[in-house]
Amino acid sequence: MSGVRVLVGTRKGAFVLSADGTRERWDVAGPLFAGWEIYHMTGSPADPDRLYASQTSGWFGQQIQRSQDGGASWEQVSNRFDYDGVPGTHQWYDGTPHPWEFARVWHLEPSPTDPDMVYAGVEDAALFRTRDGGKEWEELPGLRGHGSGPKWQPGAGGMCLHTILLDPADPQRIFVAISAAGAFRSDDGGETWQAINRGLRSDGIPDPDAEVGHCVHRIAMHPSRPDVLFMQKHWDVMRSDDAGDSWHEISGDLPSDFGFPIAVHPHEPDTAYVVPITSDSYHFPPDGRLRVYRTRTGGGDWEPLTEGLPQQHCYVNVLRDAMAVDSLETPGIYFGTTGGQVYASADAGDSWTPIVRDLPAVLSVEVQTLP
Amino acid sequence: MTGATVRVRLPTHLRALARIDGEVRLEVAGPLTTRSVLDALEARYPGLRGTIRDAGTLERRPFVRFFACEEDLSLEPPDAPLPAAVGTGAEPLLIVGAMAGG
Repeated sequence: MSGVRVLVGTRKGAFVLSADGTRERWDVAGPLFAGWEIYHMTGSPADPDRLYASQTSGWFGQQIQRSQDGGASWEQVSNRFDYDGVPGTHQWYDGTPHPWEFARVWHLEPSPTDPDMVYAGVEDAALFRTRDGGKEWEELPGLRGHGSGPKWQPGAGGMCLHTILLDPADPQRIFVAISAAGAFRSDDGGETWQAINRGLRSDGIPDPDAEVGHCVHRIAMHPSRPDVLFMQKHWDVMRSDDAGDSWHEISGDLPSDFGFPIAVHPHEPDTAYVVPITSDSYHFPPDGRLRVYRTRTGGGDWEPLTEGLPQQHCYVNVLRDAMAVDSLETPGIYFGTTGGQVYASADAGDSWTPIVRDLPAVLSVEVQTLP
Repeated sequence: MTGATVRVRLPTHLRALARIDGEVRLEVAGPLTTRSVLDALEARYPGLRGTIRDAGTLERRPFVRFFACEEDLSLEPPDAPLPAAVGTGAEPLLIVGAMAGG
């Protein structure tokens, strides 16, 4: 029988939540790497037993951990992320130049076909790649070398490259997003990049529709339609139908268009999910009611999904990498909160139950659909 | 002092990372300094490279401190001699995560 494995990264370690295809009873394993921040843990689409985790600490730096047995055992494979050449400067919070400094790996994106190839998005923003299962990492310097680099600035969480989308139809095409620089696309396997932010408007920068400087929080894609992108920006939920060349707003009737994650239904390319958050000043759900919103029309019209979610006194946040969907026939949707809950829906969002309630603050949630 | 068996006490997270129980005892050749002790420590536990000092510059990470004999040695030059009691094994070199909450 098929099953799912939910990989949860938290402020104080990682957890693996497993269930069969009914997704009714869960086995909870962890904490792994107790006490360390696990910004992201994910599996290879080409080998589900190959997992990677970004383990990080403000005291002791970055580690990459790898498992070859589905998370039963782990090995420390690397901790070196050296920028290519002289790093140069980006903009600091106060507008002054600030040298590029490696802080941590935010997101790991394994190749769809090669378990040894993984992309890493890091803070300060840059894209790295390994071809040997995580032992050696090399920067793809064309991104940071994009002429706009000196204008990039950190968002509140740091200047992080947090989203990496690999086009399943075109191995040469890669999308990334950076807070707060915006979205970028490469059509040559990561050698060169162009900013793809036309149509975005952000009030926190001097020129609201500048080429770069936008605080993109997350981008999602349906693999069958890789030219259609959904974006949760700092404010505004956006959509592109031309691989990012232009964007239009689809916030529609959401109670707030501020938020962090965005995800797409695995079988319905026009069905997407967001978790509205009150504002950039109030990182909790509007009215203390935790609601996932779903569009079935590609945006604009959104329905609240509340069954099983707290509808009073709820003041948690859901971070950008903390929502995932499995690919079972009736898909499961999962998200984790800064309050340590991981909620699951086994019916595409119609109803929710907490798998766990009291983990450390959740930084990331991924799910593997297992045969 | 040159050549010694040195006791090194690591913070919990680094012991877990390197799968070390208790104190580490290291044979350190040559002058006894923080540099020579860390060289020996990283040679035995390569996974600790980059966790105590930067893997490229070898500078101490900002939130890591070195104590011994009730003295803070963090700001001493890496080639400064360690106290004699560290060289005799009477006192450990303490590698400590800075007290910064969390």
